[in-house]
Amino acid sequence: MVSARIGTLASLRGDIARIETHDGAYRPARVALGHAEADAVLQGGLALGAVHEVFTEAGRQSAAATGFIAGLAARVAARRPLLWVRQDFSETEAGALSMSGLAELGLDPRLLVTVRAPDAEAALRTAADALACDALGAVVLEVWGETRQFDLVSSRKLTLAAQASGVTALLLRIAATPSSSTAETRWIVRAAHSPPASVCNAWGAPVFDAELVRNRHGVLGRWIMEWKCDECLFAKQAADSQPLAAAPAHRPHPAQARVRQRRAS
Amino acid sequence: MGLPLANARAICPDLRVFDADPAADAQTLEDIADWCDRFTPLVALDPPHGLYLDITGCVHLFGGEAAMLQLVCSLLTAQGFIVSAAIAANPVCARTLNRHVHGRIVRDGEEAEAVSPLPVAFLGAGEPITVGLRRAGLKTIGDVAARTRHEITARFGASFTNLLEQALGQGDVPISPRKPLPDYIVEKRFAEPVTTEAVIASALSSLAKMLVAAMAQQGKGARRLEACFFRTDGVVRAIAVDTGQPVTRGEVIDRLFRERLEALSDPLDPGFGFDLVRLSASRSEIVVEVQRDLDSHVHDNDELAALIDRIAARIGGKRVVVYLPQDTHIPERAVLAVPAQQHLAAATQAIWQPRAESEPPLRPLRLFERPEEIKVIAQVPDGPPARFVWRRATHAVVRAEGPERIAMEWWRPQGSTLTRDYFRVEDENGLRFWLYRDGLYDREIEQEAGRAVQPCWFMHGLFA
Repeated sequence: MVSARIGTLASLRGDIARIETHDGAYRPARVALGHAEADAVLQGGLALGAVHEVFTEAGRQSAAATGFIAGLAARVAARRPLLWVRQDFSETEAGALSMSGLAELGLDPRLLVTVRAPDAEAALRTAADALACDALGAVVLEVWGETRQFDLVSSRKLTLAAQASGVTALLLRIAATPSSSTAETRWIVRAAHSPPASVCNAWGAPVFDAELVRNRHGVLGRWIMEWKCDECLFAKQAADSQPLAAAPAHRPHPAQARVRQRRAS
Repeated sequence: MGLPLANARAICPDLRVFDADPAADAQTLEDIADWCDRFTPLVALDPPHGLYLDITGCVHLFGGEAAMLQLVCSLLTAQGFIVSAAIAANPVCARTLNRHVHGRIVRDGEEAEAVSPLPVAFLGAGEPITVGLRRAGLKTIGDVAARTRHEITARFGASFTNLLEQALGQGDVPISPRKPLPDYIVEKRFAEPVTTEAVIASALSSLAKMLVAAMAQQGKGARRLEACFFRTDGVVRAIAVDTGQPVTRGEVIDRLFRERLEALSDPLDPGFGFDLVRLSASRSEIVVEVQRDLDSHVHDNDELAALIDRIAARIGGKRVVVYLPQDTHIPERAVLAVPAQQHLAAATQAIWQPRAESEPPLRPLRLFERPEEIKVIAQVPDGPPARFVWRRATHAVVRAEGPERIAMEWWRPQGSTLTRDYFRVEDENGLRFWLYRDGLYDREIEQEAGRAVQPCWFMHGLFA
């Protein structure tokens, strides 16, 4: 009798262990971001074929969040077409995406197709449709503000669609607070200061304060990441972001640089 | 018929009088023309009260010319109109006969004898010419035809001679139909009008299969598909779908129409039911089947184009855009958004200026279409901003770079001619902006009564 009960308990424990680790059998392909600590926490990098969310609380940080998600898209969708679904309201509030700006960040504007959806619901449906097409590398969905369409059900639909086709979904929610969803990772991004100026320093490389607030398969963290436009990689913020060997023609004379420094700062 | 109201009332005491409404009449004529689409796709208007139907090739579907005439007239009479109709080899002859009597059908070659006994007024040549003909003693069209042509032309003009010859059946008069003729048409008539969505959807599916089979015989695909739904009470609704690449598969047509029908702001209302559904294809092109390798890009491009077609079918073709670089240095005009359905290939081959190596981004990621005005405290004349107020928030500038001077296109007659000095600035919170001063001090800003007008500063974009 006792041994039968022990046997039942053991088999039940085995069942529970199997159900719990069923998710562990899901091993998606991952692409490294380039930032060593973030990649370690993400177990190798950003998961492909999953939904990732990027939030900003204030509308002022919209450009930083857009830059971060453009960086993620560049890593995920390396040479493949990218679909950017944008709500019209987001365009009027934060400005249109500039192709020359994207080219400066290192993305290829030839691979970008933009959809201007009239409202959040149309944007969500378009994103869900687009995730079914496996010719794309990634789908970016940009929405401004709180919308009740982004609930658990719609998030689950997007996750399933992304898993089925292998296209990564990147959600950019500007001026919204995170709510429950089935996203693989969730980031809150703010703008970060450029490194302190030194003499021969060209400042202005995108620097983000990225906080990982949800990670389905790992721990959380917060890092300052810099996007390297030439190599299309995230990196730790270096004290001196100028490459060591600059072409001599671009290096200004120290005296002139000091004068420029005084006028500029 | 041209009588004053009092005289008409004298003839017929219980006459009902309505105000003439030419706009409503024209609209009714258009509606009737839409309804006549079910007989033939070539319908032209003959204002104010007439229609031409080109029934070449359709007559056998209705059992002969007489049966078709009977059918059209009885259906129109059932809707409450008074109709008179005639069939002839060209429209002018038909109209002349129609003015005389209803229901004449004239075979090829017999137009001259049919038209000759009619009075000249029925030619419709206009009051002066008709009066002139009568004064000359030519009472019937036969009389006029008996004269030599150059006499008629000398007296009444060449256009009248043309009209005469057309009425006699010589010469070809094309009509200008309201809609261009599609390349392929398939239709389905229902003995009993259908109202349910399921039946309509399945009818569209089977029509799509027939259409694709017809096009496949000539190796073609279509880029514009139109579905017309004819209601029993005469209302016609047409839904059109455009695609970027030619469609050759029935399930693609199904899918596109399903998206379009779901997204209609004014849903399809069957009323008492549809009795005819027609699917037509235009802009057809020869489709070359490309052998697909395992790792070719052709497959990917096709899939992407198909996705763009589906999205465009639902929210509109103008909302799915790709960008082409433009040859101008003005930042807000440096790219042009074009519909992706037509320009996908051009966009993938566009040449963008590569970025300068080891330089930070020189152009912002987000660009405002209309630069927003801001208040700035800066050193004059060329200093970067030290503090600025944008959208009611103050930002203190920690570092700035610039100015990058961009002059407007002076060779264009209109537009601003003020030079812009662009600055990249970073504020105390780490946000990076792109703003400019519109106009140079001392050179471009006008001085009013000795006091210089302040140039304005604008916020143009945000860096990542």
